[in-house]
Amino acid sequence: MSAHTARAQRPRTVGAGDLLRLGVFGLRTRPGRVVLSALGIAIGIAAMIAVVGISSSSKAALDQVLDALGTNVLTVTKAQGFGDVPPLPSTAVESALRQSDVQDAAGVGEAEDGRVYRNPFVPAAETKGIGVMTVWGDVPTVLGGSLAAGRWVDPSPDAPAQAVLGAVAAKNLGIDELRPDTRVWIGGQWVQVVGVLAPLQLAEDLDNQVFVPQALATTLGFDGHPTAVYTRVDPERVADARDVLANAISPDHPQDVGVTRPSDALAAKNATDDSFTGLLVGIGGVALLVGGIGVANTMVITVLERRAEVGVRRALGARRRNIRDQFLVESLLLSFLGGVAGVVIGLGVTIAFALAQGWPVAIPLWAVGGGLAATVVIGGVSGLYPAARAARIPPTSALAAV
Amino acid sequence: MSAATLADHAVAGPRAAETVVRLREVVKTYGDVQALRGVSLDVTAGELVAVVGPSGSGKSTMLNTVGTLDRPTSGTVTIAGHDVGSMRDDDLSRLRAEHIGFVFQHFHLQAGATAAENVADGLLYAGVPRRARMERAVDALGRVGLEHRVGHRPPQLSGGEKQRVAIARAIVGDPTILLADEPTGALDTASGRKILGLLRELNDAGTTVLVITHDLALAASLPRQVRMRDGAVEDDSSTSDAGALADAIVGAGR
Repeated sequence: MSAHTARAQRPRTVGAGDLLRLGVFGLRTRPGRVVLSALGIAIGIAAMIAVVGISSSSKAALDQVLDALGTNVLTVTKAQGFGDVPPLPSTAVESALRQSDVQDAAGVGEAEDGRVYRNPFVPAAETKGIGVMTVWGDVPTVLGGSLAAGRWVDPSPDAPAQAVLGAVAAKNLGIDELRPDTRVWIGGQWVQVVGVLAPLQLAEDLDNQVFVPQALATTLGFDGHPTAVYTRVDPERVADARDVLANAISPDHPQDVGVTRPSDALAAKNATDDSFTGLLVGIGGVALLVGGIGVANTMVITVLERRAEVGVRRALGARRRNIRDQFLVESLLLSFLGGVAGVVIGLGVTIAFALAQGWPVAIPLWAVGGGLAATVVIGGVSGLYPAARAARIPPTSALAAV
Repeated sequence: MSAATLADHAVAGPRAAETVVRLREVVKTYGDVQALRGVSLDVTAGELVAVVGPSGSGKSTMLNTVGTLDRPTSGTVTIAGHDVGSMRDDDLSRLRAEHIGFVFQHFHLQAGATAAENVADGLLYAGVPRRARMERAVDALGRVGLEHRVGHRPPQLSGGEKQRVAIARAIVGDPTILLADEPTGALDTASGRKILGLLRELNDAGTTVLVITHDLALAASLPRQVRMRDGAVEDDSSTSDAGALADAIVGAGR
């Protein structure tokens, strides 16, 4: 902007420092107007930074979860589809454990007639959706989960009656702490509660279940077939393990076996948020556009008001381009100021939201840099027309103005 | 710095005969209105000239023309040896930055800037570095007797002081000619008299001054008066150049 050099010995440029000083001065003397017109830009930038920041914080949170849970868990169920698909064979867990790609496996089997109540006096209809399942192996360990209290169900088939509550099931039953005398009423008998699970993020459908040994489950309609088998496989061979598992569990009808990767479902849930993010970014963009128009408006009015000043500067020897540059810099500063305020607000919103959600704060630098760059572009575009108008103000305005 | 500048002007004596303003048959029309009807005028270096006349007589148009803020419709304008008619807008700006100082009736100071900053703006477009601008601004404020007001802002100054700041801004670049448009018009009589005294002092120190006023008493106290009426020079009381005077009369009679 200040690269032009006069033909004479004395360079007649108004340096960048002087332009900046003029711009700051022009804004400093009209603080109210600056705040109002920078606000539009600030809101736009804040919206975009917050949207991008919150979305990437939530992604970071998901990554943390996936890092903790691992992405090498495969869930085996009977295939989803039309027609009568047979249940998984009762030997499914052992079959899975025999595979070299499988590091660990556990399973659950539904006991269809199982109902769980806090005590015998609760009406039979109030099941709260709680189901009863029996177990093979250590389900929470395979799923990267943990016990909130107590221990896991004794997995031996003839273990005495005992129950472990899923996190949601415990809440539904009103059990918030595990005591030695904590019992629940299952199938007409008191059953000792030996543990309560923390939420299982890779298998949320297990949270409202109560887990019992197979002997007890058999009396509650358990048919001996697992409903789902959870396997932790070699992280390098997840894709191959899918086929291996289907063939190992049902060698004759591998098509009857469905293998899914629950971490994919978590990621997919996050991916659906992306379209929403796009919408919010779009709204932020509209706010920016409106903010830019606001800046242009403010600058047009400023130029109208300052005809005398322009006239004086022209009389003092300012060239048209000096005047144009002065107002352009003022517009850039105005917009940039709004951008900086917007970044601060956006960061604040993101940090507050992420902390409230217990997420790690992740704000991509490109969003901050891009936001500030956008304000510079907006300020420049918004300032072009007013600055050109200012440059066209005739030098005689200083004398004409009263 | 101040003393050196004054000395420069003092030794400029031998060049005093140099014509710094030269108008020849200058006509300026705005649509159907003829604001100037063939004005010819010469101002030599070191003069103190009053331009008087009623409203609408063309005083301000002539000041705009002499100040190169406006171009004549026809005729030639030569300022400090430069023919204005053939110059580009950028070159005119440079001519103003280097040769012309303006003083306005309504001061036109930046209310938010200090007196020194306002004066320093007079050098902003001449490519003078900021530090040097501020030094020379303080120096110019000293020349108008405001060394004690350097850090004050215009709202803290009286009308007379504001006009002194404006005059300091006009002379900080040591212009060839100082143009003052009704410099006492917005001031009370006492302040106006002091401003006139200041212009005389500056003139004594070597600055060429052209003052526009409708105050005949003020004009009468200056060594030379140019009377304007209906866009022409009606009378030039001390013009020694008979040709220029004749031109003016011809222009007036047309």
